[in-house]
Amino acid sequence: MSFASHLQPNLASSEVEKVPTRNGYGEGLLEAGKRDDRVVALCCDLTESTRTNLFAEEFPERFVQMGIAEQSMATVGSGMAAMGKIPFIASYAMFSPGRSWEQVRTTICYNNSNVKIIGAHAGVSVGPDGATHQAIEDIAIMRVIPNTVVIAPADVHEARKATLAAAQYEGPVYIRLGRSGTPVVTTPESPFEIGKSERMFSRNESLEQKVGIVVTGSLLYNSLKAAGELEKENIGASVLHMPTIKPLDGAALEEFAAEHDALVTVEEHQIAGGLGSAVAEHLSETKPTKIVRVGVKDSFGESGEPDELIAHFGMDIPAIVAAGKRALE
Amino acid sequence: MHYLNSAEITSLEKKANMIRQSIIEMLSEAGSGHTAGPLGMADIFTLLYFGVLKHDPENPDWEERDRVVLSNGHICPVLYATLAHAGYFPNEELLTLRKLGSRLQGHPHKGALPGIETSSGPLGSGISQALGMALAERIDNPYSSKFFYCLTGDGELNEGQIWESLMHAGKEKLHNLIVIIDRNGIQIDGYTKDIMPLEPLAEKLAAFNFDVQEVDGHSIRAVNDAIGKAQAVYSQPSVIIAHTVPAKGVDVFERDFRWHGNPPGKGPEDKVEKPEQAAVALKKLRSLAGTIEAADID
Repeated sequence: MSFASHLQPNLASSEVEKVPTRNGYGEGLLEAGKRDDRVVALCCDLTESTRTNLFAEEFPERFVQMGIAEQSMATVGSGMAAMGKIPFIASYAMFSPGRSWEQVRTTICYNNSNVKIIGAHAGVSVGPDGATHQAIEDIAIMRVIPNTVVIAPADVHEARKATLAAAQYEGPVYIRLGRSGTPVVTTPESPFEIGKSERMFSRNESLEQKVGIVVTGSLLYNSLKAAGELEKENIGASVLHMPTIKPLDGAALEEFAAEHDALVTVEEHQIAGGLGSAVAEHLSETKPTKIVRVGVKDSFGESGEPDELIAHFGMDIPAIVAAGKRALE
Repeated sequence: MHYLNSAEITSLEKKANMIRQSIIEMLSEAGSGHTAGPLGMADIFTLLYFGVLKHDPENPDWEERDRVVLSNGHICPVLYATLAHAGYFPNEELLTLRKLGSRLQGHPHKGALPGIETSSGPLGSGISQALGMALAERIDNPYSSKFFYCLTGDGELNEGQIWESLMHAGKEKLHNLIVIIDRNGIQIDGYTKDIMPLEPLAEKLAAFNFDVQEVDGHSIRAVNDAIGKAQAVYSQPSVIIAHTVPAKGVDVFERDFRWHGNPPGKGPEDKVEKPEQAAVALKKLRSLAGTIEAADID
């Protein structure tokens, strides 16, 4: 097996540090605020939970407490952007962009406003709060709107970098974050660029069978481990990490598909409308490839512990290994 | 506040009826669109763009301009006609309304046309938009002299986001936010009192910590005075409830909710029919005593 050189050195071991991606947002927002005084932050009564508090404490005059009003938050953000600000609007993904989708579409995206939409608590790994709070449709509803960039960072470092990149990018950006600890795979030095994918694990080229795993967001670690497991079973597996779902890194995807017999897509999201769909849409027009999608299969989430839920909904390491084998059948 | 003398008011009234003429012409040409709201708000739009606003049609992006957010985007024919008459773009372009490739979209699109501050159409978001602008301005310039006007409908007040934004504006004490509600009493399905009663509206708005005034929305002098008073309020946002007559200026359309969403020529079946309806409307408009002269129309 061979990991990309800039990753954490302990990935092959069993113990890996877990940190919520929302922490990376909090740090990145504070840093972005220090670099550029046009950055403002808005939040709907979830300031500590979304880690907006770091910014709010440092820059109280640039923080807007919206109360529990996600629809108004989207549009207030648009209004502030119209006056030259760079608003970051944060809530749980289920409420923003979930509840506020039309306001996001019309007042942010149709206006092409420079607003950054931060959806925390995405995925079933929200855990005990259950299905009402587990956004597993957010990638689908955001990537279908014109003018958007959609990013699902893999870990805390990538979330910080995505936040800083969003502050510098002109236009609407959606960043999805998780609640619970996500394995720290990358390092502060790992590269991040909006729209760029990266090969995180390269297959053993001596093995005959070749499966490619394309992953976004929180399941990067599981995908890397699954690739290792497949290799132990004499199946060559590679991992292409796509933190940006839109714009899709189509060229890299086509190249990746060409090198493998079949692909598996992995995301903590419905298998309809998210990364799996985006990959299938692109490759069906450019390089038809067999694809097995790992994700939530047209059901709602439920209460439980994050790891239990990831296993229950078929997104843990054995599930990805099984999908890899199925793709090669 | 600028005091308007009688000659200025007469001139604005004439201008308002020329704008009404453009509205009827553009809607008839488009073959779809809303009639009642645009005609009903012609006086207020005329007053704003020809008597109140700091703006420069030659330089639509002038940083120091007042901002006008149209929340009920479906009345955009009055905004488009007023912008054209004010010199933002040629009057002839009004006849492209709702046609493929036009800058005059069926509902306003920011960036498509000079003078459009935000896209709107889905109801209820305008006050949030204007208050976001005012909040941003306060960060940069606490002693700003800009005003942020938001024009809304009354049916639109059914939307939940309106009350989110009213609560927020009251909390922030945004003195330079001035909301003008077109209280014409109609919405698509009927009269507002039947669909979703709003009264006591003034009391509700006052309870949200707004300074509230009620005026006759067709009295240019009264609306001008109300805006002047709203500008002078310094500790809270202002709202002006402008009582208007839907489709004001064309007596065969006035006060009938069925003209909310229909253009002249495609109205309710028991009304004057088809293309000649627009001509009738223009003729009726012409007959409004003392406000417009035949020479201005032909």
